[in-house]
Amino acid sequence: MDDPLIAETSDERALIARLQAGDKAACAECVELHAPGLYRLARRMMRDEAEAEDVVQETLLSAFKSIAHFEGRSGLRTWLYRIAYNAALMRLRRSRPDSVSVEGAGLDGDAGLPVPRQMFDWCCLPESDFDSREARDQLEAAVQALPEKLKVVFVLRELEGLSTEAAAEALGLSPEAVKTRLHRARLWLRERLAAYFTELAQPAAED
Amino acid sequence: MEPHDCRHLLGDLSDYLDGQASAMLCAEIERHLEDCANCRVVIDTLRQTIRLYRDLPGPLLPPAARERLYHFPDSGQFLRP
Repeated sequence: MDDPLIAETSDERALIARLQAGDKAACAECVELHAPGLYRLARRMMRDEAEAEDVVQETLLSAFKSIAHFEGRSGLRTWLYRIAYNAALMRLRRSRPDSVSVEGAGLDGDAGLPVPRQMFDWCCLPESDFDSREARDQLEAAVQALPEKLKVVFVLRELEGLSTEAAAEALGLSPEAVKTRLHRARLWLRERLAAYFTELAQPAAED
Repeated sequence: MEPHDCRHLLGDLSDYLDGQASAMLCAEIERHLEDCANCRVVIDTLRQTIRLYRDLPGPLLPPAARERLYHFPDSGQFLRP
């Protein structure tokens, strides 16, 4: 697997050099390449599309302005996610200062992992029940509902495919904290999805 | 198996599912799974949860928003070529 911590490809190095030289076409390429992923992160952190778009716009502007200082210690994508995460966090703190606080306490380490409660095996549902629009909406709503500090780790690691090290770099966490938060997020989502899929499966099971 | 084994193994399930658990830990988990129906359900539904998210397309950048990103009002130098 490639290491996103390193500005790995010559394409990326060339793009960064062009951005640093103020090449307009390079900025457009960067938007084309990275805006969709930045939007997926922002949309999952913010309440609506407009706020998510603002975060992406702020991220790209801020990146283009500070690209001269980009050292290539992390990949460009990791660096952009870091800027986007911080931009989203600033906005969330401004709009609801109490809700994004130090809820991180106790999230790292295995102590006090929530005990699984949902014990129905819903894996046997037909594939069409997992593929449906309703199921996809449930999956998305569950991510939105994750506690903030688990959510961003889950989005970057599981949904955007960053490595543990790259996600740690983007979020200013230790790799160990990324691993335990990802695990907590998965367990949390399993509980939440089980509630939905069990209800789907049980009427059939009772017949 | 005693219930405390379930609690003990809970923290290692992601490593196990991601193929990052040591051979010794894998063997310990698999031994436990043979006797513990609840843990089998947890691990199967956890695996399924991970799979469902890997296949989820995710929110699409709306085309109008994408267009606007090329036309930031205060970024004359960053326009589409």
